[in-house]
Amino acid sequence: MATTETLTAKNLAAGQLPGSAVDRYARRKLINYIFVGLTSIATAVAITALVMILYSLVAKGFSGLNLTVFTVDTPAGGEDLGSGGLRNAIVGSLMICAMGMLLAVSIGIMAGTWLAEYGDGNKLATIVRFLNDVLLSAPSILIGLFAYELFVVPFHGGSAIAGAIALAIVTTPVVTRTTEDILRLQSSQLREAGVALGAGKGLVIRSIIWRASRTGLVTGGLLGFARMSGETAPLLFTTAGNQFFSMNVTQPIASLPYTIANFALSADDNWRRLAWVASLLIAAAVLSANIIGRHLARGSQNK
Amino acid sequence: MSFNESQATQAAGVSTVMVAPPAAERVLDVRGLDFYYGKKQSLYGVDLPVARNKITALIGPSGCGKSTLLRTLNRIYDLYPGQRAEGQILFNGENILNAKDKPVDGAPVATSSRIGGDAAKLRARIGMVFQRPTPFPMSIYENIAFGVRLYRKVTKAEMDEIVEVSLTRAALWDEVKDQLDKSGLGLSGGQQQRLCVARGIAVQPEILLLDEPASALDPLSTSKLEAALMELKDSLTIVIVTHNLQQAARICDYTGFMLLGRLVEFRPSSDAFVKPETEAMRDYVTGRYG
Ligand SMILES: Nc1ncnc2c1ncn2[C@@H]1O[C@H](COP(=O)(O)OP(=O)(O)OP(=O)(O)O)[C@@H](O)[C@H]1O
Ligand SMILES: [Mg+2]
Repeated sequence: MATTETLTAKNLAAGQLPGSAVDRYARRKLINYIFVGLTSIATAVAITALVMILYSLVAKGFSGLNLTVFTVDTPAGGEDLGSGGLRNAIVGSLMICAMGMLLAVSIGIMAGTWLAEYGDGNKLATIVRFLNDVLLSAPSILIGLFAYELFVVPFHGGSAIAGAIALAIVTTPVVTRTTEDILRLQSSQLREAGVALGAGKGLVIRSIIWRASRTGLVTGGLLGFARMSGETAPLLFTTAGNQFFSMNVTQPIASLPYTIANFALSADDNWRRLAWVASLLIAAAVLSANIIGRHLARGSQNK
Repeated sequence: MSFNESQATQAAGVSTVMVAPPAAERVLDVRGLDFYYGKKQSLYGVDLPVARNKITALIGPSGCGKSTLLRTLNRIYDLYPGQRAEGQILFNGENILNAKDKPVDGAPVATSSRIGGDAAKLRARIGMVFQRPTPFPMSIYENIAFGVRLYRKVTKAEMDEIVEVSLTRAALWDEVKDQLDKSGLGLSGGQQQRLCVARGIAVQPEILLLDEPASALDPLSTSKLEAALMELKDSLTIVIVTHNLQQAARICDYTGFMLLGRLVEFRPSSDAFVKPETEAMRDYVTGRYG
């Protein structure tokens, strides 16, 4: 026992490692190289795909972009390349998204707050949380079908409001989930500090916990918006599309995703051009929402 | 001896010594308090007399129940279903642990029904400062105004005055008077803690509970905080949990030593540290306990 120890100590003193340790070190180094290599390749693949998508989006989208895109409605088909626009689809998308976000954010924040603040040791909360997670990963085409049965069939036709509800169903679970996660990050001492002053729990949540979490809540809303703005399937079932300009929420309405789905695979060059432009607009919206969100988040931290 | 009670009893193998202030001087009087975290009992028959306009320190090794005892005094534990207290806590002679706290048919009462208006009003009269500073995510001014607005309707001028007085008494006014509209989160740890004290006293409580308020502070901030507490004694009663025995000896009038969920020794600080009577407290103050 004593001899081995001194031997090892001598080896170490001489700057040598025992044989087996060298092997293990070399092996670990090799494994490390392989691991770094694999992750680098994976990253490269992901970035290449992303760059290619962005490139074709920007190249084809920008080349098709002109002022009439914003001032003229979707063409009936067969027109010259460059004529017609997306005005009705843009306005429709904005309306549907605004209504959908309003629904999703108000329901999602309330539900997430309830789960985080009142849900501990509550069986109903466990069930709600589970169902929310199921809904979170439910295929949106199913949600579209559901909204169709409930909000289209009884009214004999699609409408902007039905589309907004469908999108809200897709987005609410995202907002609920992030709200719960974000609120749980706040320390219980902060809650107790409010209650210790004599405030009720509800007031503490509204004026202290929400405020302390607002960065995270905005991020949650933006995640929801990102998910919502590209969703097509629910809109196909519920909004029925509209070739013309409309701002009536109870009537069929045009939207960007719907237009893309309709135009992208057609033989009409002008339609395909507009599909690319619409894709570019959606990408730009998601991107700027992200940038604004990050900016807000940073601003509120510095304050 | 000017103190009317001196008794040594035998509890759980540890002898207890109690040199309590006269009953007439007590603003809080805890009697036979048991506390449970669910099924786990954490306090056993605690008697704690708290003298008006004095500072009472609670000391003892980690996990002995100091925070638990403090948290029963303003019933903040009400927030958590499953936590309950039994016994008596007389606040100006009135038991604040009423029958509602008793479990009905063995099941703990739902949280929501227990945060009645009464517990909230009680907390406005018994304030609390926590171990880590807990500034609200709002301006320094609003941090203080928040609690005041809960129970009083005051004009802007009155509020300005309350803010200034509270900050002054918490020894923070000079450092923040030019930045009242800045976020309370931007202050240093020591300043945040004094902001929490200012916020606590702005609602004019009768008692202020502090749970290791200086454990995250540097020596300078600590002495500023201590000076503020000494000043506050004129108008309110302070109960403070501390691991810092010098601090307890420096600023406190009474010291209670806790061990394993029991209050083992309670006496005026002046003689508590010079000659503790129980072996347990002697071991603790001489550093033989963790
Ligand atoms: N939320 C809780 N649930 C269950 N047991 C708890 C809870 N909080 C504290 N305890 C237990 O109650 C006992 C007393 O804890 P308490 O926090 O009051 O000790 P303390 O004297 O404040 O210790 P410290 O000096 O470390 O702050 C400990 O055994 C602890 O494990
Ligand atoms: Mg503690």
